[in-house]
Amino acid sequence: MAIWLNKDSKVIVQGMTGATGMKHTKLMLGDGTEVVGGVNPRKAGQTVDFDGTEVPVFGTVKEAIEKTGANVSVIFVPEKFTKDAVVEAIDAEIPLAVVITEGIAVHDTAAFWAYAGKKGNKTRIIGPNCPGIITPGQSNVGIIPGDITKPGRIGLVSKSGTLTYQMMYELRDLGFSTAVGIGGDPIIGTTHIDALAAFQDDPDTDLIVMIGEIGGDAEERAAAFIKDNVTKPVVGYVAGFTAPEGKTMGHAGAIVSGSSGTAQAKKEALEAAGVKVGKTPTETAKLAREILSA
Amino acid sequence: MDLFEYQARDLFAKHDVPVLAGEVIDTPEAAREITERLGGKSVVKAQVKVGGRGKAGGVKLAATPDEAVARATDILGMDIKGHTVHKVMIAETAPEIVEEYYVSFLLDRANRTFLSIASVEGGMEIEEVAATRPEAVAKTPIDAIDGVDEAKAREIVEAAKFPAEVADKVANVLIKLWDTFIKSDALLVEVNPLAKVASGDVLALDGKVSLDENAEFRHPEYEELHDKEAANPLEAAAKAKGLNYVKLDGQVGIIGNGAGLVMSTLDVVAYAGEKHGNVKPANFLDIGGGASAQVMANGLEIILGDPDVKSVFVNVFGGITACDEVANGIVQALKLLEERGEKVEKPLVVRLDGNNAELGRKILTDADHPLVQRVDTMDGAADKAAELAHAAK
Repeated sequence: MAIWLNKDSKVIVQGMTGATGMKHTKLMLGDGTEVVGGVNPRKAGQTVDFDGTEVPVFGTVKEAIEKTGANVSVIFVPEKFTKDAVVEAIDAEIPLAVVITEGIAVHDTAAFWAYAGKKGNKTRIIGPNCPGIITPGQSNVGIIPGDITKPGRIGLVSKSGTLTYQMMYELRDLGFSTAVGIGGDPIIGTTHIDALAAFQDDPDTDLIVMIGEIGGDAEERAAAFIKDNVTKPVVGYVAGFTAPEGKTMGHAGAIVSGSSGTAQAKKEALEAAGVKVGKTPTETAKLAREILSA
Repeated sequence: MDLFEYQARDLFAKHDVPVLAGEVIDTPEAAREITERLGGKSVVKAQVKVGGRGKAGGVKLAATPDEAVARATDILGMDIKGHTVHKVMIAETAPEIVEEYYVSFLLDRANRTFLSIASVEGGMEIEEVAATRPEAVAKTPIDAIDGVDEAKAREIVEAAKFPAEVADKVANVLIKLWDTFIKSDALLVEVNPLAKVASGDVLALDGKVSLDENAEFRHPEYEELHDKEAANPLEAAAKAKGLNYVKLDGQVGIIGNGAGLVMSTLDVVAYAGEKHGNVKPANFLDIGGGASAQVMANGLEIILGDPDVKSVFVNVFGGITACDEVANGIVQALKLLEERGEKVEKPLVVRLDGNNAELGRKILTDADHPLVQRVDTMDGAADKAAELAHAAK
């Protein structure tokens, strides 16, 4: 069953005709994703050929939904225009919008998040600055390599793209129900807690791997949520123990401010909630393996 | 990007937040003319991005222009908690202060919106007030779209229990401060203290501003706010090459792809270092996806140019990027550096996994570079890199 994305998902790509959009639309199609359209007002009415698959370009998200029944949009538009693209997706009430774009001004993210709330949160937003979501064997939306792993019963939620890939690779023989990269920005649409809740309710997920990193207190809040709401085993990993105070470590949200947002505090909170936390990605994978084979 | 006080002052002034006159200088003699213009007396304030400068002797009153020059001479070059003072602000002396308040707007990550913090107990660190007298700190969520209008400003004033006689003035400051926050794409604007002076006016006497570097595309003015003097020379060189680099104080140079994986690599190296003379990571460097030979060469050049680095760990997980491209990148990068006449003498440990890893590993094996070692697991490679750094220490 997986979470949020399955073989019936019909996907449109906002920014499909740009270089990044073209590259990843081709890859998504190759992974079996049902990409039903692109959105670009200046190229509406055209079609784009991806190795024999003709994908139509629509002028608006609304039109694309009306003509194709799309229920997922993946957004590759440049950071200057991302807010408008997300607002358009929200206005069209698409159930899932996956925002891949990196480097969005946080005031823009705050604005589209507030806008989604005013519109009744009909659109689940994943990202921004995230690798997307994959349900192996069914659908792949974003930039996660589709061939790392196979379908299985592990759910994965991570702030980091490459650590998502690393963990999928470490556990590739066991496979994943769904892996979702929620992004490393200070404000994100879908949180660890949202994914934990969905995996808890997903009958196809037996174990959850949760990857966090320095900055903010999302992991601490996730720990509290796990304690009260998650009965499935959760294995955790936190990156950034060696990060100095006050320095942004690659991701806009990855910063230790004063004594808050440290990896140590996150690890301790997770452990206090009964989550086994690995010291390295490999050790984390080993912990997951031990639980599943017990 | 955190601003200096004088930059915050200028930004406040631009948005009509009431501030005192002040100008920044970097030579003591310039204090004279400014102090004369300010009526013969001034306050000389060290410009450092760290709290507690007053206690450290970084803020001094000057009763005459000569005295201002003398105080500026004392303060320029001073070390305040590890920060060298390169600039001082010569500010108008504050009128008699009756009360000190605190107001700020900031990003509230947890609630995915903005937040106002206000207190009638200003003048000290707000964290301290929050810890000792939490009831004196009013936190008011701000909707990112609705913002702060007259009604919202009044709500904040009431929540923080500002005295009636300053309510209008504080509300006005809040509206202007919100304007500063929104129009500058700030992550934080803080006024502390917001002072009520004998005349009844309220004035922003000191402030902190932090700006969102992701918003630089619509703020060309950010460019000149960057603190070029403070940047570590390696960080400055990396920035010039468009690399995402942070200098740390260890001995193992790190290159990886993806912020999360690189952060994780630093940790794994630090753990491995515990067994090898406590060597630690020397830097954070994320070369991102699609690492071309050029980017790899630029990264290697920065890291090999760091005298602290004794060994280098290249940790790449090929996602979309194929490992054979990365391996070619490393081989070509070493060639490129050697062609540039840079002597590469430090050992490199390379771990490649993921997309086309076998092919990538073969390329490294075939290239047989004397300084390059392949280790195929992240933990194993970290251990080897730490061992080599320790041996060379």
